[in-house]
Amino acid sequence: MLMVATGNRAVAEAVREAKPVVIAAYPITPQTGIVEQIAEYVSHGVLLSRYIPVESEHSAMAACIGASATGARTFTATSSQGLLYMHEMTNWAAGARLPVVMANVNRALGPGWNIWAEHTDAIQERDTGWLQVYTGTVQEAYDTTLMAFCIAEHNDVLLPVMVNLDGFLLSHDMQPLETVDCGDFIPPLHLPHAIDPQNPIAYGPLTGPDQYYKFRWDIERSMRDSVNVIGQTQAEFARRFGRKYGFTDDYRCDDADAVVVSLGTLGKEAEVAIDALRSEGIKAGSMRVRWLRPFPKLDLAGREVVVIDRDYSFGFGGVLAHEIKAKNHIDVCSVIAGLGGQEVTYDDIAGFIKNRRIGEESWFGVTPGV
Amino acid sequence: MSGRARLALSKPTTGAAGRTGSWRVFRPVIDTEKCNQCGLCQMYCPDAAIDEELNVDLNFCKGCGICANECPKKAIEMVREET
Repeated sequence: MLMVATGNRAVAEAVREAKPVVIAAYPITPQTGIVEQIAEYVSHGVLLSRYIPVESEHSAMAACIGASATGARTFTATSSQGLLYMHEMTNWAAGARLPVVMANVNRALGPGWNIWAEHTDAIQERDTGWLQVYTGTVQEAYDTTLMAFCIAEHNDVLLPVMVNLDGFLLSHDMQPLETVDCGDFIPPLHLPHAIDPQNPIAYGPLTGPDQYYKFRWDIERSMRDSVNVIGQTQAEFARRFGRKYGFTDDYRCDDADAVVVSLGTLGKEAEVAIDALRSEGIKAGSMRVRWLRPFPKLDLAGREVVVIDRDYSFGFGGVLAHEIKAKNHIDVCSVIAGLGGQEVTYDDIAGFIKNRRIGEESWFGVTPGV
Repeated sequence: MSGRARLALSKPTTGAAGRTGSWRVFRPVIDTEKCNQCGLCQMYCPDAAIDEELNVDLNFCKGCGICANECPKKAIEMVREET
Protein backbone atom coordinates (compact mmCIF):
# COMPACT_ATOMS: atom_id res chain seq x y z
CA MET A 1 0.00 0.00 0.00
CA LEU A 2 1.26 3.49 -0.82
CA MET A 3 0.84 6.21 1.78
CA VAL A 4 2.47 9.31 3.17
CA ALA A 5 3.81 8.62 6.63
CA THR A 6 6.19 9.75 9.34
CA GLY A 7 9.17 7.64 10.34
CA ASN A 8 7.29 6.78 13.54
CA ARG A 9 4.33 5.49 11.55
CA ALA A 10 6.63 3.55 9.21
CA VAL A 11 8.24 1.68 12.10
CA ALA A 12 4.83 0.96 13.63
CA GLU A 13 3.58 -0.35 10.25
CA ALA A 14 6.59 -2.65 9.99
CA VAL A 15 6.01 -3.94 13.52
CA ARG A 16 2.38 -4.62 12.65
CA GLU A 17 3.60 -6.70 9.72
CA ALA A 18 6.23 -8.54 11.81
CA LYS A 19 3.63 -9.43 14.48
CA PRO A 20 5.66 -9.59 17.68
CA VAL A 21 4.08 -11.64 20.47
CA VAL A 22 5.03 -9.10 23.14
CA ILE A 23 5.59 -5.35 22.93
CA ALA A 24 6.63 -3.44 26.05
CA ALA A 25 7.03 0.31 26.20
CA TYR A 26 7.08 3.30 28.49
CA PRO A 27 5.14 6.21 27.03
CA ILE A 28 6.58 9.45 28.42
CA THR A 29 8.83 11.99 26.61
CA PRO A 30 11.25 11.40 24.90
CA GLN A 31 9.22 8.38 23.73
CA THR A 32 7.69 8.81 20.28
CA GLY A 33 4.55 8.08 18.32
CA ILE A 34 5.91 4.63 17.42
CA VAL A 35 4.55 3.01 20.56
CA GLU A 36 1.39 5.15 20.51
CA GLN A 37 0.61 3.91 17.01
CA ILE A 38 1.32 0.30 17.99
CA ALA A 39 -0.90 0.67 21.08
CA GLU A 40 -3.69 1.79 18.75
CA TYR A 41 -3.20 -1.28 16.52
CA VAL A 42 -3.38 -3.53 19.58
CA SER A 43 -6.42 -1.80 21.08
CA HIS A 44 -8.23 -1.95 17.71
CA GLY A 45 -7.39 -5.63 17.36
CA VAL A 46 -5.42 -5.27 14.11
CA LEU A 47 -2.28 -6.48 15.91
CA LEU A 48 -2.76 -9.43 18.25
CA SER A 49 0.28 -8.73 20.44
CA ARG A 50 0.42 -8.53 24.21
CA TYR A 51 1.19 -4.86 24.89
CA ILE A 52 2.76 -4.23 28.31
CA PRO A 53 2.73 -0.54 29.36
CA VAL A 54 5.55 -0.73 31.89
CA GLU A 55 6.70 1.82 34.47
CA SER A 56 10.10 2.68 32.96
CA GLU A 57 12.39 1.96 30.01
CA HIS A 58 14.49 -0.27 32.25
CA SER A 59 11.35 -2.32 32.77
CA ALA A 60 10.43 -2.16 29.08
CA MET A 61 13.68 -3.88 28.18
CA ALA A 62 13.37 -6.26 31.13
CA ALA A 63 9.86 -7.24 29.95
CA CYS A 64 11.18 -7.86 26.43
CA ILE A 65 14.01 -9.95 27.88
CA GLY A 66 11.60 -12.09 29.90
CA ALA A 67 9.24 -12.56 26.96
CA SER A 68 12.05 -13.22 24.51
CA ALA A 69 13.53 -15.88 26.80
CA THR A 70 10.35 -17.92 26.24
CA GLY A 71 11.01 -17.84 22.50
CA ALA A 72 8.49 -15.07 21.75
CA ARG A 73 9.16 -12.33 19.20
CA THR A 74 9.52 -8.99 21.01
CA PHE A 75 9.72 -5.31 20.15
CA THR A 76 10.14 -2.03 21.96
CA ALA A 77 10.94 1.54 21.00
CA THR A 78 12.69 4.30 22.87
CA SER A 79 14.78 7.45 22.49
CA SER A 80 17.69 9.31 24.12
CA GLN A 81 17.26 9.41 27.94
CA GLY A 82 14.97 6.38 27.75
CA LEU A 83 17.60 4.37 25.91
CA LEU A 84 20.18 5.28 28.52
CA TYR A 85 17.82 4.26 31.30
CA MET A 86 17.71 0.80 29.63
CA HIS A 87 21.47 0.49 29.54
CA GLU A 88 21.84 -2.23 32.16
CA MET A 89 19.18 -4.29 30.42
CA THR A 90 20.47 -3.73 26.87
CA ASN A 91 23.68 -5.44 27.99
CA TRP A 92 21.63 -8.24 29.48
CA ALA A 93 19.56 -8.76 26.30
CA ALA A 94 22.69 -9.19 24.20
CA GLY A 95 24.51 -11.35 26.75
CA ALA A 96 21.45 -13.59 27.14
CA ARG A 97 21.38 -13.92 23.33
CA LEU A 98 17.82 -12.67 22.97
CA PRO A 99 16.76 -11.33 19.54
CA VAL A 100 14.85 -8.29 20.79
CA VAL A 101 14.21 -5.68 18.09
CA MET A 102 14.11 -2.05 19.18
CA ALA A 103 13.59 1.19 17.32
CA ASN A 104 15.55 4.10 18.75
CA VAL A 105 14.75 7.65 17.77
CA ASN A 106 18.12 9.40 17.96
CA ARG A 107 17.90 12.44 20.19
CA ALA A 108 20.35 14.53 22.17
CA LEU A 109 20.99 13.93 25.87
CA GLY A 110 20.47 16.48 28.60
CA PRO A 111 21.42 18.87 29.93
CA GLY A 112 20.44 21.21 28.40
CA TRP A 113 17.14 19.61 27.76
CA ASN A 114 16.97 19.00 24.01
CA ILE A 115 14.90 16.48 22.13
CA TRP A 116 16.34 17.14 18.65
CA ALA A 117 18.41 14.81 16.52
CA GLU A 118 21.78 13.50 17.70
CA HIS A 119 23.42 10.07 17.59
CA THR A 120 25.27 10.12 20.92
CA ASP A 121 22.42 8.20 22.60
CA ALA A 122 22.83 5.13 20.39
CA ILE A 123 26.60 5.53 20.20
CA GLN A 124 26.70 5.13 23.99
CA GLU A 125 25.12 1.69 23.44
CA ARG A 126 27.76 0.78 20.86
CA ASP A 127 29.61 -1.81 22.94
CA THR A 128 26.63 -3.71 24.36
CA GLY A 129 26.53 -6.49 21.75
CA TRP A 130 23.53 -5.05 19.87
CA LEU A 131 23.59 -4.78 16.11
CA GLN A 132 23.01 -1.14 15.15
CA VAL A 133 21.60 0.17 11.89
CA TYR A 134 20.95 3.83 11.00
CA THR A 135 18.28 4.78 8.47
CA GLY A 136 17.97 7.77 6.18
CA THR A 137 14.38 7.76 4.86
CA VAL A 138 10.92 6.81 6.06
CA GLN A 139 10.86 3.94 3.55
CA GLU A 140 14.22 2.72 4.79
CA ALA A 141 13.05 2.84 8.42
CA TYR A 142 10.12 0.60 7.44
CA ASP A 143 12.16 -1.84 5.34
CA THR A 144 14.98 -2.02 7.87
CA THR A 145 12.63 -2.74 10.77
CA LEU A 146 11.23 -5.73 8.84
CA MET A 147 14.74 -6.97 8.07
CA ALA A 148 15.83 -6.44 11.68
CA PHE A 149 13.58 -9.28 12.86
CA CYS A 150 15.03 -11.69 10.26
CA ILE A 151 18.59 -10.77 11.22
CA ALA A 152 18.18 -10.75 15.02
CA GLU A 153 16.34 -14.07 15.04
CA HIS A 154 18.66 -15.86 12.61
CA ASN A 155 20.31 -18.86 14.26
CA ASP A 156 23.78 -17.59 13.30
CA VAL A 157 23.09 -14.27 15.06
CA LEU A 158 20.66 -14.43 18.01
CA LEU A 159 21.55 -10.93 19.10
CA PRO A 160 19.29 -7.89 19.54
CA VAL A 161 19.04 -5.29 16.78
CA MET A 162 18.58 -1.54 17.22
CA VAL A 163 17.02 0.35 14.30
CA ASN A 164 17.93 4.04 14.53
CA LEU A 165 16.08 6.96 13.01
CA ASP A 166 16.89 10.63 13.51
CA GLY A 167 14.68 12.52 15.93
CA PHE A 168 12.18 14.79 14.12
CA LEU A 169 14.19 14.76 10.86
CA LEU A 170 12.93 11.23 10.26
CA SER A 171 10.67 10.31 13.18
CA HIS A 172 8.25 13.18 12.56
CA ASP A 173 8.90 13.97 8.89
CA MET A 174 6.33 12.79 6.38
CA GLN A 175 7.55 11.04 3.23
CA PRO A 176 6.06 8.54 0.77
CA LEU A 177 5.94 5.00 2.16
CA GLU A 178 5.16 1.78 0.35
CA THR A 179 4.19 -1.00 2.78
CA VAL A 180 4.45 -4.64 1.80
CA ASP A 181 2.69 -7.87 2.58
CA CYS A 182 5.77 -9.56 3.97
CA GLY A 183 4.32 -13.11 3.73
CA ASP A 184 6.93 -15.60 4.96
CA PHE A 185 9.83 -13.15 4.63
CA ILE A 186 10.32 -13.29 8.42
CA PRO A 187 10.52 -16.97 9.38
CA PRO A 188 9.03 -18.16 12.69
CA LEU A 189 11.39 -17.67 15.65
CA HIS A 190 12.95 -20.86 17.02
CA LEU A 191 15.06 -19.82 19.97
CA PRO A 192 17.32 -22.80 20.78
CA HIS A 193 17.61 -21.81 24.44
CA ALA A 194 13.95 -20.92 25.02
CA ILE A 195 12.61 -21.55 28.52
CA ASP A 196 11.08 -25.04 28.78
CA PRO A 197 9.13 -25.70 32.00
CA GLN A 198 9.69 -29.45 31.52
CA ASN A 199 13.44 -28.91 31.57
CA PRO A 200 14.24 -26.29 34.22
CA ILE A 201 17.45 -24.34 33.64
CA ALA A 202 18.95 -21.34 35.46
CA TYR A 203 19.71 -18.45 33.08
CA GLY A 204 22.72 -16.20 33.51
CA PRO A 205 24.04 -17.89 36.66
CA LEU A 206 27.34 -17.16 38.36
CA THR A 207 30.01 -17.60 35.70
CA GLY A 208 33.62 -17.76 36.79
CA PRO A 209 36.82 -16.44 35.24
CA ASP A 210 37.35 -19.82 33.56
CA GLN A 211 34.08 -19.55 31.60
CA TYR A 212 32.97 -15.93 31.20
CA TYR A 213 35.22 -15.00 28.28
CA LYS A 214 33.83 -17.89 26.22
CA PHE A 215 30.38 -16.29 26.16
CA ARG A 216 31.86 -12.90 25.28
CA TRP A 217 33.74 -14.53 22.40
CA ASP A 218 30.53 -16.16 21.21
CA ILE A 219 28.89 -12.71 20.96
CA GLU A 220 31.78 -11.56 18.79
CA ARG A 221 31.64 -14.74 16.72
CA SER A 222 27.95 -14.10 16.05
CA MET A 223 28.67 -10.44 15.26
CA ARG A 224 31.11 -11.60 12.59
CA ASP A 225 28.64 -14.20 11.30
CA SER A 226 25.93 -11.53 11.19
CA VAL A 227 27.73 -9.88 8.27
CA ASN A 228 26.65 -12.73 6.00
CA VAL A 229 23.17 -12.86 7.48
CA ILE A 230 22.68 -9.13 6.89
CA GLY A 231 23.92 -9.50 3.31
CA GLN A 232 21.60 -12.45 2.64
CA THR A 233 18.62 -10.73 4.27
CA GLN A 234 19.13 -7.51 2.29
CA ALA A 235 19.48 -9.55 -0.94
CA GLU A 236 16.32 -11.53 -0.17
CA PHE A 237 14.47 -8.30 0.62
CA ALA A 238 15.54 -6.84 -2.73
CA ARG A 239 14.47 -10.03 -4.53
CA ARG A 240 11.02 -10.01 -2.95
CA PHE A 241 10.24 -6.32 -2.68
CA GLY A 242 12.61 -4.63 -5.14
CA ARG A 243 14.39 -2.24 -2.79
CA LYS A 244 18.14 -2.71 -2.42
CA TYR A 245 20.12 -1.99 0.71
CA GLY A 246 23.79 -2.45 1.56
CA PHE A 247 26.03 -1.92 4.56
CA THR A 248 26.45 1.59 3.21
CA ASP A 249 24.36 3.75 0.91
CA ASP A 250 26.82 5.05 -1.67
CA TYR A 251 25.99 8.06 -3.84
CA ARG A 252 28.21 8.97 -6.82
CA CYS A 253 31.25 7.46 -5.08
CA ASP A 254 32.70 5.46 -7.99
CA ASP A 255 34.91 8.19 -9.48
CA ALA A 256 34.90 10.51 -6.46
CA ASP A 257 38.10 12.19 -5.29
CA ALA A 258 36.45 13.26 -2.03
CA VAL A 259 33.87 11.25 -0.10
CA VAL A 260 31.73 12.52 2.77
CA VAL A 261 30.78 9.82 5.29
CA SER A 262 27.91 10.18 7.75
CA LEU A 263 25.05 8.43 9.55
CA GLY A 264 21.29 8.87 9.16
CA THR A 265 19.57 11.80 7.49
CA LEU A 266 22.83 13.76 7.15
CA GLY A 267 23.74 11.25 4.43
CA LYS A 268 20.58 12.07 2.47
CA GLU A 269 21.24 15.81 2.82
CA ALA A 270 24.77 15.11 1.60
CA GLU A 271 23.42 13.68 -1.68
CA VAL A 272 22.03 17.11 -2.57
CA ALA A 273 25.39 18.65 -1.71
CA ILE A 274 27.12 16.12 -3.98
CA ASP A 275 24.91 17.04 -6.93
CA ALA A 276 25.70 20.73 -6.38
CA LEU A 277 29.45 20.06 -6.17
CA ARG A 278 29.34 17.85 -9.28
CA SER A 279 27.67 20.66 -11.20
CA GLU A 280 30.66 22.81 -10.25
CA GLY A 281 32.99 20.09 -11.58
CA ILE A 282 34.07 18.81 -8.15
CA LYS A 283 34.20 15.02 -8.07
CA ALA A 284 32.60 14.28 -4.71
CA GLY A 285 30.53 11.38 -3.39
CA SER A 286 28.55 10.47 -0.29
CA MET A 287 28.84 7.26 1.69
CA ARG A 288 26.13 6.88 4.29
CA VAL A 289 27.01 4.18 6.81
CA ARG A 290 23.93 2.09 7.58
CA TRP A 291 25.36 -0.60 9.85
CA LEU A 292 27.55 0.72 12.65
CA ARG A 293 27.67 -2.73 14.32
CA PRO A 294 28.88 -4.92 12.78
CA PHE A 295 31.10 -2.18 11.35
CA PRO A 296 31.40 -2.57 7.57
CA LYS A 297 34.45 -2.61 5.36
CA LEU A 298 34.43 0.78 3.62
CA ASP A 299 35.78 1.28 0.13
CA LEU A 300 37.68 4.52 0.74
CA ALA A 301 41.09 3.73 -0.76
CA GLY A 302 42.57 6.66 -2.66
CA ARG A 303 39.90 9.17 -1.63
CA GLU A 304 40.02 12.18 0.63
CA VAL A 305 37.50 11.48 3.37
CA VAL A 306 35.33 13.95 5.27
CA VAL A 307 33.42 12.40 8.19
CA ILE A 308 30.47 14.22 9.73
CA ASP A 309 29.75 13.14 13.29
CA ARG A 310 26.41 13.97 14.86
CA ASP A 311 27.92 12.60 18.11
CA TYR A 312 31.02 13.13 20.19
CA SER A 313 33.29 11.28 22.57
CA PHE A 314 34.60 14.00 24.90
CA GLY A 315 38.35 14.06 25.24
CA PHE A 316 38.72 11.97 22.09
CA GLY A 317 36.74 12.99 19.02
CA GLY A 318 33.92 12.17 16.64
CA VAL A 319 33.16 8.48 17.05
CA LEU A 320 32.44 7.64 13.40
CA ALA A 321 35.56 9.53 12.26
CA HIS A 322 37.78 7.59 14.64
CA GLU A 323 36.21 4.23 13.81
CA ILE A 324 36.87 4.89 10.12
CA LYS A 325 40.45 6.00 10.85
CA ALA A 326 41.10 2.88 12.92
CA LYS A 327 39.46 0.39 10.55
CA ASN A 328 40.78 1.83 7.29
CA HIS A 329 44.21 3.06 8.49
CA ILE A 330 43.60 6.46 6.92
CA ASP A 331 43.43 10.02 8.14
CA VAL A 332 40.24 11.99 7.67
CA CYS A 333 38.79 15.45 7.97
CA SER A 334 36.46 15.27 10.98
CA VAL A 335 33.49 17.63 11.18
CA ILE A 336 31.27 17.70 14.27
CA ALA A 337 27.90 18.98 13.09
CA GLY A 338 24.22 18.63 13.84
CA LEU A 339 24.51 18.16 17.62
CA GLY A 340 21.18 18.62 19.38
CA GLY A 341 19.43 19.17 16.05
CA GLN A 342 21.76 21.99 14.91
CA GLU A 343 20.65 22.72 11.37
CA VAL A 344 23.04 21.39 8.72
CA THR A 345 22.02 22.20 5.15
CA TYR A 346 23.33 20.75 1.91
CA ASP A 347 25.16 24.04 1.35
CA ASP A 348 26.90 23.53 4.69
CA ILE A 349 27.87 19.98 3.72
CA ALA A 350 29.19 21.18 0.36
CA GLY A 351 31.28 23.68 2.33
CA PHE A 352 32.66 20.90 4.59
CA ILE A 353 33.84 19.06 1.48
CA LYS A 354 35.27 22.11 -0.28
CA ASN A 355 37.10 23.37 2.81
CA ARG A 356 38.31 19.97 4.02
CA ARG A 357 41.62 19.78 5.87
CA ILE A 358 42.66 16.16 6.24
CA GLY A 359 43.90 15.36 9.74
CA GLU A 360 41.94 18.15 11.40
CA GLU A 361 38.75 18.31 13.43
CA SER A 362 36.33 21.21 13.31
CA TRP A 363 33.07 21.94 15.07
CA PHE A 364 30.40 23.43 12.83
CA GLY A 365 29.53 26.88 14.16
CA VAL A 366 32.52 27.08 16.51
CA THR A 367 35.38 29.48 15.82
CA PRO A 368 38.54 28.10 17.47
CA GLY A 369 39.95 30.30 20.22
CA VAL A 370 36.84 32.45 20.56
CA MET B 1 21.14 -26.73 23.29
CA SER B 2 23.36 -28.60 20.90
CA GLY B 3 27.09 -28.10 20.58
CA ARG B 4 27.69 -24.41 20.91
CA ALA B 5 27.36 -22.70 24.29
CA ARG B 6 25.90 -19.28 23.58
CA LEU B 7 25.07 -18.26 27.09
CA ALA B 8 25.67 -19.24 30.67
CA LEU B 9 23.10 -21.84 31.74
CA SER B 10 23.05 -24.18 34.71
CA LYS B 11 20.86 -27.05 35.78
CA PRO B 12 19.33 -26.53 39.22
CA THR B 13 20.51 -29.13 41.72
CA THR B 14 19.40 -29.74 45.28
CA GLY B 15 21.59 -27.94 47.77
CA ALA B 16 23.92 -26.23 45.27
CA ALA B 17 24.39 -23.45 47.84
CA GLY B 18 24.81 -25.84 50.79
CA ARG B 19 22.33 -26.75 53.52
CA THR B 20 20.77 -23.32 54.00
CA GLY B 21 18.56 -24.70 56.80
CA SER B 22 21.49 -24.08 59.13
CA TRP B 23 20.86 -20.31 58.79
CA ARG B 24 17.44 -20.65 60.42
CA VAL B 25 16.51 -18.80 63.62
CA PHE B 26 12.74 -19.42 63.50
CA ARG B 27 11.21 -22.73 62.39
CA PRO B 28 7.73 -22.88 60.72
CA VAL B 29 5.38 -25.23 62.57
CA ILE B 30 2.13 -26.05 60.77
CA ASP B 31 -1.01 -26.57 62.86
CA THR B 32 -2.73 -29.31 60.85
CA GLU B 33 -6.02 -28.62 62.67
CA LYS B 34 -6.17 -25.03 61.30
CA CYS B 35 -4.60 -25.79 57.89
CA ASN B 36 -7.05 -26.13 54.99
CA GLN B 37 -4.28 -27.27 52.60
CA CYS B 38 -4.71 -24.30 50.24
CA GLY B 39 -1.03 -24.56 49.26
CA LEU B 40 -0.20 -20.84 49.36
CA CYS B 41 2.76 -21.53 51.68
CA GLN B 42 4.22 -23.90 49.11
CA MET B 43 3.64 -21.39 46.30
CA TYR B 44 5.26 -18.48 48.14
CA CYS B 45 8.24 -20.37 49.62
CA PRO B 46 11.26 -18.71 47.94
CA ASP B 47 13.41 -21.80 48.49
CA ALA B 48 10.96 -24.47 47.31
CA ALA B 49 11.40 -26.00 50.77
CA ILE B 50 7.70 -26.98 51.08
CA ASP B 51 6.50 -29.95 49.04
CA GLU B 52 3.02 -30.63 47.62
CA GLU B 53 2.01 -32.49 50.79
CA LEU B 54 3.03 -29.32 52.69
CA ASN B 55 5.97 -30.92 54.46
CA VAL B 56 8.77 -28.44 55.26
CA ASP B 57 12.27 -29.56 54.30
CA LEU B 58 14.23 -28.28 57.27
CA ASN B 59 17.54 -28.97 55.50
CA PHE B 60 16.81 -25.95 53.27
CA CYS B 61 14.13 -23.85 55.06
CA LYS B 62 15.91 -20.61 56.06
CA GLY B 63 13.09 -19.64 58.42
CA CYS B 64 12.15 -16.47 56.52
CA GLY B 65 8.52 -16.71 57.67
CA ILE B 66 6.94 -15.83 54.33
CA CYS B 67 4.78 -18.98 54.57
CA ALA B 68 3.45 -17.89 57.97
CA ASN B 69 2.82 -14.38 56.66
CA GLU B 70 0.88 -15.65 53.63
CA CYS B 71 -1.14 -18.33 55.42
CA PRO B 72 -4.80 -17.17 55.34
CA LYS B 73 -5.68 -19.47 58.26
CA LYS B 74 -2.77 -18.33 60.48
CA ALA B 75 -1.94 -22.03 60.74
CA ILE B 76 1.84 -21.56 60.65
CA GLU B 77 3.68 -20.42 63.74
CA MET B 78 7.33 -19.36 63.64
CA VAL B 79 8.98 -20.96 66.67
CA ARG B 80 12.47 -19.91 67.81
CA GLU B 81 15.04 -22.66 67.32
CA GLU B 82 16.73 -23.85 70.49
CA THR B 83 20.39 -22.94 70.45
